[in-house]
Amino acid sequence: MLELKNLSFSAGEGTEKKEIIRDLSLSIDNGKFVVITGPNGSGKSTLARLIMGIEKPDSGSIIFDGKDITDLGITERARLGISFAFQQPVRFKGIRVIDLLKLAAGKELTINEACNYLSEVGLCARDYIEREINASLSGGELKRIEIATLLARQTRLSLFDEPEAGIDLWSFQNLIRIFESMRSQIKDSSIVIISHQERILEIADEIVLLTDGQIQKQGAAADILPGLIGTTAAVAACDRLK
Amino acid sequence: MIDLNIDAIGQKLIGEVADLYETPSGAYNFRVNSQMAGRHTTDNIDIISKEGISGIDIFIKPNTKNESVHIPVVVSESGIKETVYNDFFIGDNCDVVIVAGCGIDNCGEHDAQHDGVHRFYVGKNSHIKYVEKHYGSGDGNGKRILNPQTEVYMEENSTMEMEMEQIKGVDSTERNTIAELKAGAKLVVKERLMTHGSQTAVSGYQVSLNGADSTADVVSRSVARDNSSQTFNARITGNAPCSGHTECDSIIMDNGKILAIPSLEANDVDAMLVHEAAIGKIAGDQLIKLMTLGLTEAQAEEQIINGFLR
Repeated sequence: MLELKNLSFSAGEGTEKKEIIRDLSLSIDNGKFVVITGPNGSGKSTLARLIMGIEKPDSGSIIFDGKDITDLGITERARLGISFAFQQPVRFKGIRVIDLLKLAAGKELTINEACNYLSEVGLCARDYIEREINASLSGGELKRIEIATLLARQTRLSLFDEPEAGIDLWSFQNLIRIFESMRSQIKDSSIVIISHQERILEIADEIVLLTDGQIQKQGAAADILPGLIGTTAAVAACDRLK
Repeated sequence: MIDLNIDAIGQKLIGEVADLYETPSGAYNFRVNSQMAGRHTTDNIDIISKEGISGIDIFIKPNTKNESVHIPVVVSESGIKETVYNDFFIGDNCDVVIVAGCGIDNCGEHDAQHDGVHRFYVGKNSHIKYVEKHYGSGDGNGKRILNPQTEVYMEENSTMEMEMEQIKGVDSTERNTIAELKAGAKLVVKERLMTHGSQTAVSGYQVSLNGADSTADVVSRSVARDNSSQTFNARITGNAPCSGHTECDSIIMDNGKILAIPSLEANDVDAMLVHEAAIGKIAGDQLIKLMTLGLTEAQAEEQIINGFLR
């Protein structure tokens, strides 16, 4: 479904220029649940942004369903079936939760349909549907609404950048259930998650370990995970509080 | 259709500024090209033309509840320049909705200008909702000019909610609103303003909180695009134990210019006054988020502005 070929990306100018992704090649098959992990600064989020088109690579190419999308913008990639959940969801003054869900679905939604998406992410729909996506919502609420927008989009490739950050343990279980049901509902769909949460790594089909902008290891979760436990690429839920 | 002798342009403008697509059920006074085009009064609401000057007096009897007054104005002839005085005398214990608004369609070479001077005398314990929309259309070289002056005098424990909106087509506007509040009175102002082309808009508020426990909340959201410019100047004066808040939040685009001057004056140690002002362009993250939902950049921009001006 998705193929990255010799992708390189650097940020900054002149002597400040830093190579973040280095000649990276990766292929993600249909129907896979892939977790990209690695220490802070390894280029995980940048890689997700390159796939969505938010950043443009210096060289290399990105192929989606056999089509070269390297030169396509965010909108075109979104329309081809790629969606992206931000690590830090954006706030909008005046735009309500229902408005954002409608935009995500690309059509009118009945209150019931919108409510279903919100219930999926553990929000009591009646309390949220008319609320503005502004500073009155907590980080955890925003994060769940962000995930609900991806449920409404129903795309074949869903990218999540640290979806668990700011979400409590109760909804952590829920989150995993959501990923499972997304996969089963959308035929041949794949989910790519940027995370170094051990509990998310545990449910992956495949794990990709990034270090310094390059793939250090890649393979079935059962093969890769044991080697990661105890490193910064796989932290337990409460380790992050220390 | 409004069942009065008003042409298609007039009907369209009234739809834009007063959301009226048929003859309203309550009291109304329609003014079209400086002439009265229709008037209706009720047992509780009387409308009388002023003598010697243009305008009307609206008398609302005490204890009038759940009634409405519509007083839309249409200017569709190029070259009209008028100043109109409308006074509202609202009795005690009323609960009434007042819808004003002015639409100008100018296809001619001459400027068309309507300056509405509105004075509200709000009785004790009364609750008034006032909605005012301004709209301009027409492609003539003549300018569309609206300069509303609004004065609000509020008796004890009265409430006034004002929604003022000017989203499109008015070339030049200078709006000034003053309000004086007695004890327990509450004023809530929600202003929405968008300027485009080379339009200019000046919006000023002077709110005096004179009585104990009076409150005012004056919130303006505006968008300045193209080469337009705006000035927002809001002053809240606390002369008693009171609370006041003013906020001006603006999006600036293209070569737009915005000057925000919120100011506070406290003359009582128990006056609690707050002002906030923010001006900025549309955040890149907001555009990107909506583009990841499949919107183009232009569509994303439109959604963000529509939401902001909601």
